[in-house]
Amino acid sequence: MNFTINGQSVEVEADIRSSLLDLLRNSLGFTGTKKGCDQGACGACTVLVDGERINSCLALAVQYQGRSITTVEGLGSDGNLHPLQQAFVDHDGFQCGYCTPGQLCSAIGMAREIERNIPSVVTADFMAVSVTVDERELRERMSGNLCRCGAYNGIIEAISETLEKMPASTQERARA
Amino acid sequence: MNPFTYERASDTSAAIELAKGNAAARYLGGGTNLVDLMRETVERPEMLVDVTGLPRGIEPRADGGLLIGAAATNTALAADGHVRAHYPLLARAILAGASAQIRNMATVGGNILQRTRCRYFYDTAAACNKRQPGAGCDARDGFNRYHAILGASPACVATHPSDMCVALAALDATVHLDGPAGPRSIALSDLHRLPGDRPDIETELKAGELITAVELPPLLFARRSTYRKVRDRASYAFALVSVAAALDIDDSGVVRDVRLALGGVAHKPWRASAAEAALKGRPAGPESFRAAAEAELAAATGLRDNAFKIELAKRTIVAVLGELTGDDA
Ligand SMILES: Cc1cc2nc3c(=O)[nH]c(=O)nc-3n(C[C@H](O)[C@H](O)[C@H](O)COP(=O)(O)OP(=O)(O)OC[C@H]3O[C@@H](n4cnc5c(N)ncnc54)[C@H](O)[C@@H]3O)c2cc1C
Ligand code: SF4
Ligand code: FES
Ligand code: FES
Repeated sequence: MNFTINGQSVEVEADIRSSLLDLLRNSLGFTGTKKGCDQGACGACTVLVDGERINSCLALAVQYQGRSITTVEGLGSDGNLHPLQQAFVDHDGFQCGYCTPGQLCSAIGMAREIERNIPSVVTADFMAVSVTVDERELRERMSGNLCRCGAYNGIIEAISETLEKMPASTQERARA
Repeated sequence: MNPFTYERASDTSAAIELAKGNAAARYLGGGTNLVDLMRETVERPEMLVDVTGLPRGIEPRADGGLLIGAAATNTALAADGHVRAHYPLLARAILAGASAQIRNMATVGGNILQRTRCRYFYDTAAACNKRQPGAGCDARDGFNRYHAILGASPACVATHPSDMCVALAALDATVHLDGPAGPRSIALSDLHRLPGDRPDIETELKAGELITAVELPPLLFARRSTYRKVRDRASYAFALVSVAAALDIDDSGVVRDVRLALGGVAHKPWRASAAEAALKGRPAGPESFRAAAEAELAAATGLRDNAFKIELAKRTIVAVLGELTGDDA
């Protein structure tokens, strides 16, 4: 199977039953992406596929051949954090850190959804030409990512600060 | 998960040809339900035919309706400008479901054909007539908070979990099918079955049939419509009860027309025809709303954990209709 992962093309032999999550973690060593529930209910496994956030645990790898996948490893590295990662550090956006890679990828996917004026269920006016980003919108839009440690306040602060500072379209490939 | 072969269909006829005559073949949409069920070995397909490459366009029709390709994602449909303007209850219903990640993956066809979330259906150690006909039903006297209050049978009390389908039922959507015997169409409200004594047969689909598109007829007054979902947490949870409604009131405040459908209450998206009939020609106000809700829920029965949903459904109907008349509740 062929994929582009964090900008690099990759060819790998894999069991047809393998989820994208297991392929990333077990076959390719991208262990940044986490397995929480393995059933779509926690968001720890969130990655970006062609810029859109998905749960890699419910994705059969075979179905995503040829696509461009971004994991947390593609966002930043030691000493060269992505601005959103830095904001998570600044605002205590985690305790144990297990949900963090999923939160980061999810927030970057969300920023693009906001930029494309995709509504959420709490969006009052579907005819507005842009999303009014407030805390209620952010909490609803990030509700697919659970945090067992309950670091939600820091997570929301980090995300809103980054959204204010940088356009969504630059977030996926940005480094500080 | 048992092994399977995987084929990606280039078009509808290729998909039908690939699956034809193979009872162990399944069409694969976003996989958000099927992959989960395969992992639990509730589904054991030997072949997956990927239909995400089939038509996914969302196109206005000359008559003012809308034609939606079955491979359109849930996100794409909810974000569509025409849907937001003309069928806001549909956008809101979709956005009330699952999470953004799942909506990005899920297709319209897969959402319609998603299976129940009854935990005993998922648990292969439990007795479940839907999974294994004749085995019994552990939900009937077990955990049944999310189960049906309308149209259930001694064999099965499961609910259909889709939010999107509740709005589609209210909108009189038509589902376009294609299969080994050729194309046909069926009303969304007739697609899903009540459980009766065969809860394992969930829809009127024939072997090898594929959903190709969903069509919405024009409905001018759907501009005044909404969807409300009552659940155990504010987001990312299935409905205890949900209501999709569109309301048309004339200048004297009388209900000219109304569409009402309920989710979380039955084995299928529940079009509330009795309530609709009770409302037409009546003044749009709390008394008529309550009377209509009573009429719809008259036949409801509760189980150990879900009897509260009967009153909850009534109150949610009254509140949603109130909201649509500008009376916020
Ligand atoms: C954690 C979680 C929470 C969720 N919460 C909600 C919720 O609150 N509300 C809600 O409505 N839903 C919810 N869902 C369910 C979700 O909406 C469905 O899983 C999704 O819509 C299914 O779409 P899919 O394309 O992924 O289907 P798949 O999983 O690919 O397929 C589902 C079924 O449809 C069949 N199929 C797919 N496409 C076609 C086609 N074109 N023709 C014929 N057969 C086809 C498949 O064979 C399979 O049987 C939730 C799911 C998860 C995992
Ligand atoms: S309610 Fe239906 S799906 Fe649930 S255990 Fe009973 S038979 Fe199975
Ligand atoms: S591991 Fe994928 S959502 Fe929990
Ligand atoms: S930081 Fe521990 S789960 Fe979120």
